[in-house]
Amino acid sequence: MKRRAFLATALVAPVVMAARQASQDSSTIRALQAPDMVGRPRGHVTDYQNDPEIIAIERRLRCTCGCNLDIYVCRTTDFTCTFSPELHREVVGLHEQGMTVQGILDAFVAKYGETVLMAPAPEGFNWAGYLLPGTAIVLTGSVLSWTLMRRHRVASATPAPAPVDVLSPDERARLADELQRLEG
Amino acid sequence: MTILGQLALWLSFLLAGWGVIAGVLGGRRGTPAYVQSSRRATYGLAAALGVASFALMVALVRHDFNVAYVASYTARNLPTPYLISAFWGGQAGSLLFWAVILALFAAAAQWITPRRHAPLMPWVAAVTSGTTLFFVAVMLFAANPFARLPFTPLDGNGLNPQLQNPGMVVHPPMLYLGYISITIPFAFAVAALMSRRLDTGWLHAIRKWTLLSWTFLGIGITLGMWWAYVELGWGGYWAWDPVENASFLPWLTMTAFLHSVMIQEKRGMLKRWNVILVALSFFLSIFGTFITRSGVISSVHSFTQSSVGYWFAAFLILIVAGSAWLLTTRFDDLETEAHLESALSREASFFFNNLLLVGIAFSVLWGTLFPMVSELVRGTQVTVGPPFFNKVNIPIGLLLLGLTGIGPLIAWRHASARNLTRHFTVPVVVALGVVAVALLMGGREFYPIVTWALAGFVLSGIIQEFGRGVGARRRLHGEHPLAALAQLIGRNRRRYGGYIVHVGIVIYFVAFTGAAFKVEREASLMPGQSLELRSPFGHTYTFTHLGVSQFTQLNRFISAATLDVARDGQRVQVLTSEKRQHLDSFGRRQFEPTTEAAIRYTLAEDIYVVYAGSVEGTDQAVYKITINPLVTLLWFGGLVLLVGGIITMWPGAPRPPGPRGTSSAVRRTEPAQVGV
Repeated sequence: MKRRAFLATALVAPVVMAARQASQDSSTIRALQAPDMVGRPRGHVTDYQNDPEIIAIERRLRCTCGCNLDIYVCRTTDFTCTFSPELHREVVGLHEQGMTVQGILDAFVAKYGETVLMAPAPEGFNWAGYLLPGTAIVLTGSVLSWTLMRRHRVASATPAPAPVDVLSPDERARLADELQRLEG
Repeated sequence: MTILGQLALWLSFLLAGWGVIAGVLGGRRGTPAYVQSSRRATYGLAAALGVASFALMVALVRHDFNVAYVASYTARNLPTPYLISAFWGGQAGSLLFWAVILALFAAAAQWITPRRHAPLMPWVAAVTSGTTLFFVAVMLFAANPFARLPFTPLDGNGLNPQLQNPGMVVHPPMLYLGYISITIPFAFAVAALMSRRLDTGWLHAIRKWTLLSWTFLGIGITLGMWWAYVELGWGGYWAWDPVENASFLPWLTMTAFLHSVMIQEKRGMLKRWNVILVALSFFLSIFGTFITRSGVISSVHSFTQSSVGYWFAAFLILIVAGSAWLLTTRFDDLETEAHLESALSREASFFFNNLLLVGIAFSVLWGTLFPMVSELVRGTQVTVGPPFFNKVNIPIGLLLLGLTGIGPLIAWRHASARNLTRHFTVPVVVALGVVAVALLMGGREFYPIVTWALAGFVLSGIIQEFGRGVGARRRLHGEHPLAALAQLIGRNRRRYGGYIVHVGIVIYFVAFTGAAFKVEREASLMPGQSLELRSPFGHTYTFTHLGVSQFTQLNRFISAATLDVARDGQRVQVLTSEKRQHLDSFGRRQFEPTTEAAIRYTLAEDIYVVYAGSVEGTDQAVYKITINPLVTLLWFGGLVLLVGGIITMWPGAPRPPGPRGTSSAVRRTEPAQVGV
């Protein structure tokens, strides 16, 4: 090798090696030894998956797989579920069409029925669901408070009765005997 | 061995049947032979069910796959602790577990109850034997744990991977102990009603039992939350699932009873209400089992749907009808001895506390059943999930938290203006101070701020009570502050143990507020790639993906994804979350792959990492990372609750004998120390 070629190699080689090392550190992706053991293959996480508005909508909609979870919790918890990723895409699709939150919820109700909502819509008979417990507590509490205040007023207005001696002289003597016996 | 188990079940059936007959005859006629026989029947029942349980345990440990239950819930390579927990992991086994624990509790009640309650005991034996009879009958005729298969499989189906968790070894037994032990107070209530001995005697007999079942239920529920948190991978601990709700309901009514019973002991009031609360708690404990086992309401916790639901429905009807009959026929015997005198009194605060506790129980039950109600009324099913329960229950829960602070401080009968000023000035100032600090620090969330303020109110009230008690002891006896504190608690365990329980409840409430500040993010990271998240406490966390490794461990194949975690630039921990593919003993896959979360616990905030999977089968991992503020406080609150419960239950040191044979009965009629 000529001296010029040697010097050029000596200068360039470390730069090339460092660049290769850097690229290996940050972006080398290897196939897993057993890729089928980690569940359903996943794609890259999109911005929509972390979009607070999309998540807020998904939290109000139930996954249709029968898990009782909302779409967001199901798609970020049950990684075997194939329904929740699909429903997520549906929410994103409607959002991209410019639909409002209520519009998206209505579209889901129209397609999947009322059970798709995580909580009953506050309308009609559903108000009974929301209001009955609170109303029952308030009514019972009001009756209780009213009774207490009434009793208190009556008790304050009535003079305290003179103490009544409920024991006969005979009983009083027996009680004194018993007490004396107890006290030794 | 299973033949022995089967025989033991039939023997239990006969003994339980005899226990009911002998108990009723002994209770009605007072014949000593029947009374003794009913007691011995409970001991025999415990022994027979013990043998049946031993037989099932042996079948589980020995992999006797000819037994359908063993084949359904275990496999050859299932680790031994989970072979044991499979006892209560399935329908039939859990029924046997319930029956044997109930029989043991019933025997213990017969053994340890003081003799002064002897007239109640045959009735107690009849009720406990009757309840055990029900469970044994369900096993024999609907879900037999010893049923055999027509063939013997080479291996079993294995236990659901989500049940292969240390939490599952302890959480169900704790919850069962809570549910089951409620039977004893119920049995005493029925005994008191049947024998018309409706003074406070039966309440004294059940005091420890109610505290025991309440503590077990509380710990069982907390362990359930912990299991859901570490195992289910969603970063939460309570989802208002019907089965979770079912465990919460009897806890609420028992809490109400623990408070209202003090009013009966102190003032002779609320006699009917207390009987109703005990019966309601027992009903709800069976109702919870009905929900879990009937399939009538969809839940992730349910056992496989089976015919046992009809049995439970029939038993529930029997409980309601029997309790209603007893209450109506003894209504006049339960006449109150006093009336409330003022709305500003401890009795009134307990009244409202009961109203709110039972109100929350009603609200939870109403929400749980509302899908069915809606279907009945409108013909349309609806979903009632967390948004509904949170909306309805949070305001009631906060009112209850406020009452937790008022109850212990307010005077009995009637609180004067002086009493109110003396006791409430400091707590109110502390609560207002908390609000001011929270607002100054930029807090704008309504419910968390109200919760913190109320927590400050309750805690400062409790500290004030402890401080006054310690101060009084120091003045009187010149004790060291710590000695004075120990003496104060030791000499009035019920009152100060109750305060400690209140501290535990306050800690729970504060922990719940953390959910409002949760930070969640999904990310796909290549090895070496990082993600930054800012926590509600102002820290910046950097998560760097280190890679994915795969290996076999015990009965599963593991794919472990590892993250290096740094806080504000300082490395703090390496967290490894796993995907587990369970295998049978032949190396074949069982169940779908499950996820094991990696958690970094700190008192302020947890880092919760879940390996969601790999991008196209490579070591580029998809993570869900959550910063969960204040969750650790929940487990701490559970511990405080347990300590408080143990203090209140701790047996008192035997007092020196009274002069000239003063009986314990006489001593026990002293007014109970109250104050919780």
